[in-house]
Amino acid sequence: MSSLRERSGAAAGLLNRLTSGTATIFALLVVVLVVITILNPTFARPASLMAFLRAAAPLVVLAIGQYLVIVSGEFDLSVGALVGAQVVFAAKMIDGDPSRTWPVLAAMLVLGAVVGLVNGLITTLLKVPSFITTLGMLLVLFGAVRLWTGGAPTGALADNFRTWGRGGIDMPVLRQLPWALVIAVVIAIAVGLLMRAPWGRTLVATGDNDTAASFAGVRVWRVRTVAFVLSGVLATVAAILIGGFAGVTAQVGDGLEFVAITAVVLGGVVLGGGRGSMIAAIAGALAYQAIERLFTQLALPSTARPTLQGIIIIAAVAWAAREGSRGPGAANTPAPDASADPAPA
Amino acid sequence: MSTSTGPIAQVRERFDLSTTAIIWLAFLLTLVVGVVLVGSGGGNLLSQGNIVNLLSRTSVLGFIAIGQTLVILCRSLDLSVGYTAALASIVGATLMDGDPGRIVLGVVAALAVSAVVGLVNGLVITGLRVNPFIATLGMGLIIKGYLDTRYAGPVGDVPVAFQGFGYTRIGPVPLATIVMLAVAAAAVVLLNRTRSGHAMYAVGGNVEAARLSGIRTGRTMVLAHVLCSTAAGLAGLLLASRFSTGVGAQIYGAGYDLDSIAAVVLGGTLLMGGRGGVGGTVAGVLILATLDTVFNLLQVDPFFRDVLRGVIIIAAVALYARRQLDLTAHRQRFTASGRPIGASEGEHLSGPSDPPESSPPSGPSSNPEVLA
Repeated sequence: MSSLRERSGAAAGLLNRLTSGTATIFALLVVVLVVITILNPTFARPASLMAFLRAAAPLVVLAIGQYLVIVSGEFDLSVGALVGAQVVFAAKMIDGDPSRTWPVLAAMLVLGAVVGLVNGLITTLLKVPSFITTLGMLLVLFGAVRLWTGGAPTGALADNFRTWGRGGIDMPVLRQLPWALVIAVVIAIAVGLLMRAPWGRTLVATGDNDTAASFAGVRVWRVRTVAFVLSGVLATVAAILIGGFAGVTAQVGDGLEFVAITAVVLGGVVLGGGRGSMIAAIAGALAYQAIERLFTQLALPSTARPTLQGIIIIAAVAWAAREGSRGPGAANTPAPDASADPAPA
Repeated sequence: MSTSTGPIAQVRERFDLSTTAIIWLAFLLTLVVGVVLVGSGGGNLLSQGNIVNLLSRTSVLGFIAIGQTLVILCRSLDLSVGYTAALASIVGATLMDGDPGRIVLGVVAALAVSAVVGLVNGLVITGLRVNPFIATLGMGLIIKGYLDTRYAGPVGDVPVAFQGFGYTRIGPVPLATIVMLAVAAAAVVLLNRTRSGHAMYAVGGNVEAARLSGIRTGRTMVLAHVLCSTAAGLAGLLLASRFSTGVGAQIYGAGYDLDSIAAVVLGGTLLMGGRGGVGGTVAGVLILATLDTVFNLLQVDPFFRDVLRGVIIIAAVALYARRQLDLTAHRQRFTASGRPIGASEGEHLSGPSDPPESSPPSGPSSNPEVLA
């Protein structure tokens, strides 16, 4: 008897997990990929899968960085402008000369870390809400880069820079294993290990309840600042991949912050912090990219895409937020309690 | 972090008044510095033309920021305001279609469509429990897709009579600015004198305490969103009257969403909700408009303007934060003294309410069946 009950309890637990916010995103990802494959069987070929993953890699890297910041209870709205600034910076500094690529890559990573450090310190030490800090940083980066280049990007990226975004290792079956994918996987593994390490635990604890975390001995400001620094560095990596893949334009990076946040939230990561896994954030990024791919497959007019995107985003988050699918602490966001209207007297 | 809660409540009461005053002082300071800077370059910031220019800049962002204040006070936010304004401008302009007799129809329809957008935003946030950031971002995308697909370029025709809304002036003051100030006054009355307004502060301060005090938190949130979108619709109508036609991309691409949030926060309203007011927001909008006008007159590079804006917004909020370190900590479930932060949130409700100790917002999902 008791074992039966236990088993049914376990089954219920499994069911609960399968329908939870995290599982939703994997289901969505699989469904979208299957639909694309049905519409276009060649999509399942290794070569086109690799092409898909190469295009998705920058967003995956951005989503990992955004995940770190969001799970700690903050926002980073500056990543789009940072990506744009970095690509333009790289083009101007390299100016087509391959010998300058490595020093410039190093400078970009330092710049990304500094931007993250400034974001983090202003947010934690000066107590400016991160929404405002990173919004201000967005304006500063956007303006500074255009001020510096006089409006339009100048210079060019060298081929040995662009290879990170568009090149790869030649292979028999896959034809080519994209560097972008390799980099994304390495970063995912590294950050995954970091999230399992004490620092990752304290990061999530900080996002869940920073006062409790600080009572438990966490130096909240340091943990969050490191998260911002990592976000800046990862946005830089994404910039390197995007610059290589797509080249330099004035619009590069525009609106990318919202895409990254959307990907993370699609993955069931709760805005407000303390909840959600990195793997799910990555799945969110892949699902976002897959949905875009599906729109291309359906030959939808590009103007109509935002509408569908908006509906899918809201529906996915509403599905993940429906009664009972989120753990305690989900109420960090203002929305959940609002529905609990007291019955009219 | 203070250890006692009683005196803090009183200090806060006084602090509220002085915050708005400080922001108006900051505006005056900006104005004086602007006059000096422009004057040193041989110009006059206070000439009639420049004042008209400055005030014209305030009205569009003013409408949007007033609405944004209401939702931010409820601890929500609206990223769809720019798209709502664009939608309203197109609805208004296409319905008016150059016929002065249909101005009322166009205005009413545009505002009604905007209100519906707000209603959907509010219901998605409260009913489906989607985070406001995502709900309104998604709504913005939905409207953007619709506008881009249906209307590639400018459409509709605004009758000359209605273009007066954008261009009429009474002395140096544009009519639109007067309407904006009237809307601001109405919002002040709403927030300070009505039950719904007090409920907005309560919901933003601590939604669980508000609910336990008998406030219909969901309705309050929906109302705030409806009013916010309607205000954005007004901004859209004003833009339609200035462009004399309905436009999409030019409006939603102008960044009113983030600008309005910046103006609200510059005006001393806490992004975490429950604290602030429309008076500060108007001052925040005036500060931004003054900066823009001064930069324009000094022919500052527009990109440098962005940089300065970013720095000023961060610096201003950092200054406010200095003054209210313990008040920004709204997300905490208990303070350093171990008392729930909600215990000092009650003063916005009328009377000496002392919210229950159980204020940690644990949310609906904390019901035991789920945890089991």
